[in-house]
Amino acid sequence: MAFSTAVFWIFAAILVFAALRVVTTRNPVHAALWLVLAFFSAAAIWLTLGAEFLAITLVLVYVGAVMVLFLFVVMMLDVNFEDLRKHFRSYIPVGATVGALVLVEMVLVIVSGAGAAGEGPAVPAGSNTKALGRVLYTDYVYPFELAAVLLLIAIIAAIAITHRKRRETRYQDPGKQVKVRREDRVRVLEMPSEKRP
Amino acid sequence: MSLLMAPPGLAHYLVLGAILFAISVVGIFLNRRNVIILLMAIELMLLAVNMNFVAFSHQLGDMSGQVFVFFILTVAAAESAIGLAILVLLFRNAGTIDVEDLAKLKG
Repeated sequence: MAFSTAVFWIFAAILVFAALRVVTTRNPVHAALWLVLAFFSAAAIWLTLGAEFLAITLVLVYVGAVMVLFLFVVMMLDVNFEDLRKHFRSYIPVGATVGALVLVEMVLVIVSGAGAAGEGPAVPAGSNTKALGRVLYTDYVYPFELAAVLLLIAIIAAIAITHRKRRETRYQDPGKQVKVRREDRVRVLEMPSEKRP
Repeated sequence: MSLLMAPPGLAHYLVLGAILFAISVVGIFLNRRNVIILLMAIELMLLAVNMNFVAFSHQLGDMSGQVFVFFILTVAAAESAIGLAILVLLFRNAGTIDVEDLAKLKG
Protein backbone atom coordinates (compact mmCIF):
# COMPACT_ATOMS: atom_id res chain seq x y z
CA MET A 1 0.00 0.00 0.00
CA ALA A 2 1.38 3.36 -0.98
CA PHE A 3 1.99 5.90 1.75
CA SER A 4 -0.57 8.38 0.37
CA THR A 5 -3.22 5.64 0.32
CA ALA A 6 -2.51 4.81 3.95
CA VAL A 7 -2.73 8.52 4.83
CA PHE A 8 -6.14 8.76 3.15
CA TRP A 9 -7.56 5.75 5.02
CA ILE A 10 -6.19 6.85 8.40
CA PHE A 11 -7.51 10.39 8.14
CA ALA A 12 -10.83 9.23 6.66
CA ALA A 13 -11.32 6.88 9.62
CA ILE A 14 -10.48 9.64 12.11
CA LEU A 15 -12.84 12.02 10.28
CA VAL A 16 -15.79 9.62 10.35
CA PHE A 17 -15.21 8.71 13.99
CA ALA A 18 -14.95 12.38 15.01
CA ALA A 19 -18.13 13.21 13.08
CA LEU A 20 -19.97 10.38 14.84
CA ARG A 21 -18.80 11.64 18.22
CA VAL A 22 -19.93 15.19 17.36
CA VAL A 23 -23.54 14.07 16.97
CA THR A 24 -23.62 11.53 19.83
CA THR A 25 -21.61 13.06 22.65
CA ARG A 26 -23.31 14.30 25.79
CA ASN A 27 -21.41 17.50 26.40
CA PRO A 28 -21.58 20.30 23.76
CA VAL A 29 -18.05 21.40 24.69
CA HIS A 30 -16.81 17.91 23.80
CA ALA A 31 -18.87 18.05 20.60
CA ALA A 32 -17.12 21.27 19.61
CA LEU A 33 -13.70 19.73 20.31
CA TRP A 34 -14.56 16.61 18.25
CA LEU A 35 -15.63 18.95 15.45
CA VAL A 36 -12.19 20.58 15.66
CA LEU A 37 -10.64 17.12 15.18
CA ALA A 38 -12.94 16.50 12.21
CA PHE A 39 -11.86 19.78 10.58
CA PHE A 40 -8.17 18.92 11.14
CA SER A 41 -8.60 15.50 9.48
CA ALA A 42 -10.51 17.03 6.56
CA ALA A 43 -7.72 19.58 6.13
CA ALA A 44 -5.18 16.74 5.99
CA ILE A 45 -7.22 14.96 3.30
CA TRP A 46 -7.46 18.18 1.31
CA LEU A 47 -3.68 18.48 1.54
CA THR A 48 -3.32 15.08 -0.15
CA LEU A 49 -5.69 16.35 -2.87
CA GLY A 50 -3.39 19.28 -3.61
CA ALA A 51 -5.64 21.98 -2.14
CA GLU A 52 -3.04 23.40 0.23
CA PHE A 53 -4.47 26.89 0.50
CA LEU A 54 -7.97 25.65 1.35
CA ALA A 55 -6.56 23.21 3.92
CA ILE A 56 -4.75 26.04 5.71
CA THR A 57 -7.83 28.25 5.41
CA LEU A 58 -9.97 25.51 6.94
CA VAL A 59 -7.67 25.28 9.94
CA LEU A 60 -7.28 29.03 10.35
CA VAL A 61 -10.88 30.09 9.77
CA TYR A 62 -12.78 27.12 11.19
CA VAL A 63 -10.57 25.84 14.00
CA GLY A 64 -9.19 29.29 14.78
CA ALA A 65 -12.31 31.41 14.57
CA VAL A 66 -15.62 29.61 14.11
CA MET A 67 -15.03 26.82 16.63
CA VAL A 68 -13.71 29.28 19.21
CA LEU A 69 -16.93 31.24 18.67
CA PHE A 70 -18.91 28.03 19.23
CA LEU A 71 -17.00 27.22 22.43
CA PHE A 72 -17.45 30.81 23.61
CA VAL A 73 -21.22 30.64 23.14
CA VAL A 74 -21.54 27.14 24.67
CA MET A 75 -19.68 28.23 27.77
CA MET A 76 -21.53 31.56 28.01
CA LEU A 77 -25.00 30.01 27.99
CA ASP A 78 -26.10 28.52 31.28
CA VAL A 79 -28.20 25.68 29.85
CA ASN A 80 -28.96 22.32 31.38
CA PHE A 81 -27.91 20.16 28.46
CA GLU A 82 -29.17 16.97 30.10
CA ASP A 83 -32.75 18.20 29.74
CA LEU A 84 -32.22 18.65 26.02
CA ARG A 85 -31.19 15.00 25.64
CA LYS A 86 -34.23 13.51 27.35
CA HIS A 87 -35.72 12.05 24.18
CA PHE A 88 -32.36 11.26 22.56
CA ARG A 89 -32.98 7.50 22.43
CA SER A 90 -36.49 7.78 21.04
CA TYR A 91 -35.14 9.59 17.96
CA ILE A 92 -32.55 6.90 17.18
CA PRO A 93 -34.78 4.59 15.02
CA VAL A 94 -36.09 7.27 12.68
CA GLY A 95 -32.72 9.02 12.54
CA ALA A 96 -30.82 5.83 11.73
CA THR A 97 -33.39 4.85 9.09
CA VAL A 98 -33.27 8.18 7.29
CA GLY A 99 -29.48 8.37 7.56
CA ALA A 100 -29.03 4.86 6.18
CA LEU A 101 -31.40 5.62 3.30
CA VAL A 102 -29.57 8.84 2.44
CA LEU A 103 -26.22 7.04 2.58
CA VAL A 104 -27.33 4.06 0.48
CA GLU A 105 -28.92 6.27 -2.17
CA MET A 106 -25.88 8.51 -2.49
CA VAL A 107 -23.41 5.62 -2.55
CA LEU A 108 -25.45 3.82 -5.24
CA VAL A 109 -25.47 6.94 -7.41
CA ILE A 110 -21.75 7.54 -6.87
CA VAL A 111 -20.68 3.95 -7.53
CA SER A 112 -22.83 3.61 -10.64
CA GLY A 113 -21.53 6.85 -12.16
CA ALA A 114 -18.03 7.21 -10.78
CA GLY A 115 -16.30 6.30 -14.04
CA ALA A 116 -18.32 8.86 -16.00
CA ALA A 117 -16.44 11.87 -14.64
CA GLY A 118 -13.32 11.11 -16.63
CA GLU A 119 -9.87 12.51 -16.11
CA GLY A 120 -9.21 16.17 -16.70
CA PRO A 121 -5.86 17.77 -17.24
CA ALA A 122 -3.58 17.39 -14.27
CA VAL A 123 -3.53 20.28 -11.81
CA PRO A 124 -0.68 22.57 -12.87
CA ALA A 125 2.41 22.09 -10.79
CA GLY A 126 3.64 24.90 -8.57
CA SER A 127 2.00 27.00 -5.90
CA ASN A 128 -1.63 26.15 -5.29
CA THR A 129 -2.12 29.54 -3.65
CA LYS A 130 -0.82 31.33 -6.74
CA ALA A 131 -3.11 29.34 -9.05
CA LEU A 132 -6.12 29.95 -6.81
CA GLY A 133 -5.33 33.66 -6.54
CA ARG A 134 -4.97 33.98 -10.30
CA VAL A 135 -8.44 32.53 -10.85
CA LEU A 136 -9.98 34.37 -7.89
CA TYR A 137 -8.81 37.84 -8.90
CA THR A 138 -9.60 37.52 -12.60
CA ASP A 139 -12.56 35.30 -13.45
CA TYR A 140 -14.20 35.48 -10.04
CA VAL A 141 -13.40 39.03 -8.95
CA TYR A 142 -17.06 40.11 -8.87
CA PRO A 143 -18.20 37.16 -6.67
CA PHE A 144 -15.13 37.84 -4.54
CA GLU A 145 -16.29 41.43 -3.93
CA LEU A 146 -19.78 40.14 -3.17
CA ALA A 147 -18.30 37.74 -0.59
CA ALA A 148 -16.54 40.67 1.06
CA VAL A 149 -19.81 42.62 1.22
CA LEU A 150 -21.52 39.53 2.63
CA LEU A 151 -18.98 39.32 5.45
CA LEU A 152 -19.48 43.03 6.21
CA ILE A 153 -23.25 42.51 6.37
CA ALA A 154 -22.73 39.52 8.67
CA ILE A 155 -20.59 41.64 11.03
CA ILE A 156 -23.20 44.41 11.15
CA ALA A 157 -26.05 41.93 11.57
CA ALA A 158 -24.37 40.03 14.41
CA ILE A 159 -23.67 43.27 16.28
CA ALA A 160 -27.14 44.69 15.61
CA ILE A 161 -28.84 41.51 16.82
CA THR A 162 -26.93 41.15 20.09
CA HIS A 163 -26.42 44.83 20.97
CA ARG A 164 -28.51 46.10 23.84
CA LYS A 165 -28.66 49.18 26.00
CA ARG A 166 -27.93 48.20 29.58
CA ARG A 167 -30.14 49.97 32.05
CA GLU A 168 -27.56 50.05 34.83
CA THR A 169 -24.97 51.87 32.73
CA ARG A 170 -24.95 55.67 32.89
CA TYR A 171 -24.54 57.43 29.58
CA GLN A 172 -25.10 60.93 28.18
CA ASP A 173 -27.62 61.78 25.50
CA PRO A 174 -26.40 65.03 23.85
CA GLY A 175 -29.75 65.57 22.15
CA LYS A 176 -31.55 65.59 25.47
CA GLN A 177 -28.89 67.84 26.96
CA VAL A 178 -29.32 70.43 24.21
CA LYS A 179 -33.11 70.33 24.32
CA VAL A 180 -33.37 70.95 28.05
CA ARG A 181 -35.16 74.18 29.06
CA ARG A 182 -34.96 76.36 32.15
CA GLU A 183 -38.38 75.14 33.37
CA ASP A 184 -37.14 71.56 33.48
CA ARG A 185 -34.40 72.36 35.95
CA VAL A 186 -35.37 75.40 38.09
CA ARG A 187 -38.65 76.00 39.91
CA VAL A 188 -39.26 79.36 41.64
CA LEU A 189 -41.51 79.03 44.67
CA GLU A 190 -43.69 81.95 45.79
CA MET A 191 -44.32 81.78 49.56
CA PRO A 192 -44.86 84.34 52.32
CA SER A 193 -41.87 84.94 54.54
CA GLU A 194 -42.22 83.83 58.13
CA LYS A 195 -42.10 86.21 61.08
CA ARG A 196 -39.39 85.94 63.67
CA PRO A 197 -40.90 84.84 66.96
CA MET B 1 -8.88 -5.89 -0.23
CA SER B 2 -8.31 -4.39 -3.68
CA LEU B 3 -10.50 -1.45 -2.64
CA LEU B 4 -8.21 -0.84 0.32
CA MET B 5 -4.95 -1.17 -1.59
CA ALA B 6 -5.83 0.92 -4.63
CA PRO B 7 -4.86 4.59 -4.55
CA PRO B 8 -7.94 6.62 -3.56
CA GLY B 9 -9.87 7.77 -6.60
CA LEU B 10 -12.80 10.12 -7.06
CA ALA B 11 -15.32 7.56 -5.75
CA HIS B 12 -13.43 7.22 -2.43
CA TYR B 13 -13.69 10.94 -1.71
CA LEU B 14 -17.32 11.14 -2.85
CA VAL B 15 -18.31 8.20 -0.63
CA LEU B 16 -16.45 9.81 2.29
CA GLY B 17 -18.44 12.99 1.65
CA ALA B 18 -21.68 10.97 1.51
CA ILE B 19 -20.86 9.28 4.83
CA LEU B 20 -20.18 12.65 6.45
CA PHE B 21 -23.44 14.04 5.06
CA ALA B 22 -25.43 11.04 6.32
CA ILE B 23 -23.84 11.36 9.78
CA SER B 24 -24.90 14.99 9.98
CA VAL B 25 -28.44 14.13 8.85
CA VAL B 26 -28.60 11.56 11.67
CA GLY B 27 -27.18 14.18 14.04
CA ILE B 28 -29.96 16.61 13.14
CA PHE B 29 -32.52 13.91 13.97
CA LEU B 30 -30.87 12.83 17.23
CA ASN B 31 -30.22 16.31 18.62
CA ARG B 32 -33.29 18.02 17.31
CA ARG B 33 -33.88 19.86 20.59
CA ASN B 34 -30.40 21.34 21.02
CA VAL B 35 -29.79 24.27 18.68
CA ILE B 36 -26.02 24.36 19.28
CA ILE B 37 -25.52 20.75 18.11
CA LEU B 38 -27.83 21.46 15.16
CA LEU B 39 -25.53 24.29 14.06
CA MET B 40 -22.52 21.97 14.42
CA ALA B 41 -24.27 19.33 12.26
CA ILE B 42 -24.84 21.98 9.59
CA GLU B 43 -21.12 22.80 9.66
CA LEU B 44 -20.37 19.10 9.16
CA MET B 45 -22.76 19.02 6.18
CA LEU B 46 -20.99 21.97 4.58
CA LEU B 47 -17.67 20.18 5.15
CA ALA B 48 -19.02 17.13 3.28
CA VAL B 49 -20.07 19.33 0.36
CA ASN B 50 -16.67 21.02 0.32
CA MET B 51 -15.01 17.60 0.26
CA ASN B 52 -16.91 16.80 -2.96
CA PHE B 53 -15.89 20.12 -4.52
CA VAL B 54 -12.20 19.60 -3.71
CA ALA B 55 -12.29 16.00 -5.00
CA PHE B 56 -13.86 17.05 -8.31
CA SER B 57 -11.46 19.99 -8.61
CA HIS B 58 -8.56 17.57 -8.21
CA GLN B 59 -10.04 15.04 -10.63
CA LEU B 60 -10.91 17.50 -13.40
CA GLY B 61 -7.87 19.74 -12.94
CA ASP B 62 -10.11 22.80 -12.63
CA MET B 63 -9.43 25.50 -10.02
CA SER B 64 -13.06 26.74 -10.12
CA GLY B 65 -14.07 24.04 -7.64
CA GLN B 66 -11.59 25.33 -5.09
CA VAL B 67 -12.78 28.90 -5.65
CA PHE B 68 -16.29 27.71 -4.91
CA VAL B 69 -15.12 26.05 -1.68
CA PHE B 70 -13.61 29.41 -0.75
CA PHE B 71 -17.01 31.09 -1.19
CA ILE B 72 -18.78 28.33 0.76
CA LEU B 73 -16.35 28.87 3.64
CA THR B 74 -17.21 32.59 3.57
CA VAL B 75 -20.95 31.97 3.63
CA ALA B 76 -20.60 29.32 6.35
CA ALA B 77 -18.63 31.69 8.57
CA ALA B 78 -21.31 34.37 8.14
CA GLU B 79 -24.02 31.81 8.80
CA SER B 80 -22.52 30.54 12.04
CA ALA B 81 -21.81 34.09 13.28
CA ILE B 82 -25.40 35.21 12.75
CA GLY B 83 -26.80 31.87 13.96
CA LEU B 84 -24.90 32.09 17.22
CA ALA B 85 -25.94 35.74 17.62
CA ILE B 86 -29.59 34.69 17.24
CA LEU B 87 -28.94 31.86 19.73
CA VAL B 88 -27.55 34.28 22.33
CA LEU B 89 -30.52 36.62 21.83
CA LEU B 90 -32.89 33.66 22.11
CA PHE B 91 -31.34 32.53 25.38
CA ARG B 92 -31.46 36.07 26.75
CA ASN B 93 -35.16 36.49 25.94
CA ALA B 94 -36.56 32.97 26.42
CA GLY B 95 -34.09 31.50 28.93
CA THR B 96 -33.85 28.27 26.96
CA ILE B 97 -32.47 26.93 23.67
CA ASP B 98 -34.84 23.99 23.49
CA VAL B 99 -36.45 23.87 20.06
CA GLU B 100 -39.64 22.44 21.58
CA ASP B 101 -40.16 25.59 23.65
CA LEU B 102 -39.78 27.93 20.71
CA ALA B 103 -43.40 27.90 19.59
CA LYS B 104 -44.15 31.52 20.45
CA LEU B 105 -45.20 32.38 16.91
CA LYS B 106 -47.70 29.51 16.86
CA GLY B 107 -51.18 31.05 17.20
